[in-house]
Amino acid sequence: MAFAAFATETAKEQTPRRGGKIALLLLVPGLLYLGLFFLVPLFSLVFTSLQAPSGVNFGQFEAAFKIENYAVFGQYSEQILRSFLYAVLATVFALLFSYPLAYFIGVKARPWPLLQNLMLVLVIAPFFISFLLRTIAWKSMLSDESPFVTGLKAISLLAPDAHITGTPFAVVFGLTYNFIPFMTLPLYASLERLDTRYLEAGSDLYAKPFTTFRTVTIPLSMPGIVSGVLLTFIPAAGDYVNASREFLGGTGTAMIGNVIESNFLLSNNYPAAAALSIILMLAILVIVLVYVRVSGTKDLL
Amino acid sequence: MTLQEGAVLADAVTAPKSRRRGRIGRTSWILPSYTTLALVFLLIPIVYTIVFSFNNSIKSNISWRGFTLDKWLNVCSAQNVCQAFGNSLLIGGVATVVATTLGTMIAIALVRYRFRFRAAISLLLFLPMATPEVVLGSGLASEFLGAGVEPGLLTIMIAHIMFCISFVVVTVKARVSSLDPALEEAGRDLYGSPGQVFLRITFPLLLPGIIAAALLSFALSFDDFIITYFNSGSVQTFPTFVYVSAARGIPAEANVIASAVFFIAIVIVITQQLAAAVRRRRLARTA
Repeated sequence: MAFAAFATETAKEQTPRRGGKIALLLLVPGLLYLGLFFLVPLFSLVFTSLQAPSGVNFGQFEAAFKIENYAVFGQYSEQILRSFLYAVLATVFALLFSYPLAYFIGVKARPWPLLQNLMLVLVIAPFFISFLLRTIAWKSMLSDESPFVTGLKAISLLAPDAHITGTPFAVVFGLTYNFIPFMTLPLYASLERLDTRYLEAGSDLYAKPFTTFRTVTIPLSMPGIVSGVLLTFIPAAGDYVNASREFLGGTGTAMIGNVIESNFLLSNNYPAAAALSIILMLAILVIVLVYVRVSGTKDLL
Repeated sequence: MTLQEGAVLADAVTAPKSRRRGRIGRTSWILPSYTTLALVFLLIPIVYTIVFSFNNSIKSNISWRGFTLDKWLNVCSAQNVCQAFGNSLLIGGVATVVATTLGTMIAIALVRYRFRFRAAISLLLFLPMATPEVVLGSGLASEFLGAGVEPGLLTIMIAHIMFCISFVVVTVKARVSSLDPALEEAGRDLYGSPGQVFLRITFPLLLPGIIAAALLSFALSFDDFIITYFNSGSVQTFPTFVYVSAARGIPAEANVIASAVFFIAIVIVITQQLAAAVRRRRLARTA
């Protein structure tokens, strides 16, 4: 996990005792809580997604088994595909951006631990300022009247009638920016443990730097890549702030999160919103399982 | 000694000095320059937000209209900002206390005791972190809707406690695993009652991990928007206030609050890092 980046203590040999009453007492309250407010809501979503409009009260829904509600999959297939496309792009960009950064902090900066830690603080600094305000800041900086955009237009790098905000580019940019720390931290955590003597062995055996990087560094940092990709991809696919019209998105950039939000909170079409949530959850579960199987990592937590 | 400190020391002693190669020397400026630029890029929106907290804006805070301290001195003059901020503090405080308590109990049990259904329990703890927020938010909202619970402060707190627990477990678990059981054994050998051993040995040793988990919970709760928005009804937290006002312009007072929170958080973290650096130096001297 991302926050394992800060957990550097050595594990001491513990001999777990047979629990009995104390273990039960420690576990039950928390697990009961998660059961009640994490598991039950998932079942509640399934239940809601099958509801039918009530014949008596307009705008109300009653228990049913209306599997046709899942037709929203076809109705919103464009937004669903777009969500996964944007999330994949943002994940790839975040990985390309973060890898050299994490490599420098985790490997090259090792002789200076204080500098290493201060750079890590800068990486997580965006966490300390409101996510929405950061996104709004990008919106203002990329708006048509901003010095950046007028400058680009003045030197003809951008067509006079072009926009940045409201385009797919802006949404993918915002998603990438917002999830970079989630990528950098796990990468750092695994690169920090990289034994540089393997790299020296590579060059001693006359491997070109790139060959050493491809055959030694990348495989050794695979656990970091896997958790970074998951930590970026999952929230990016479900995000609806970046793609929202008040933030970086426009009319043609709605993602599945935006559709769930508008169906649930604006038009109160709860069954449609619930069906879309289930579809999102299942799609992510399938993608994650395939990805984990392909990349060969079993240890998720 | 932590693993990191140990690794630094071991490296210094055992690692062979790397021979300098001309090729590496010529290109060695690329990575540091990239890192500098990347870190600057990450900070751009933060600097922008802080700068615009000093903007003499009238209604919307988009174009620069001159420097003023007014917004910092009269934060609460903008409608609802302070109330939303107060709600966020209250929710964050309650969620942190409850989630840290429940999560710490689970973390201790996971490391210290053997029991059945371990794999299922680990999965239950991992899943909330791997579920998109929009699914968690709409799921809880549909549960509350079905049960006839009005959304408000209480439902937001319930939601925040739920997603904080897993993060607390992960953070505290690392600390429990690093605890030397011999210390507690010594306490028992000296006829300490189980309660005394816990209060005077286990708890103080776990405290740094518990504090880290609590800070993390508060940060997660304070900045959460998606799950909150589905379960807030008419109650506003700081993030939902920003979201709702985005349509007609966010007042500069919101920037003031975000900047102040940022400064406090950064001071806490940097103090922590400097203290760790001092400890490292002392350790290197005694080694």
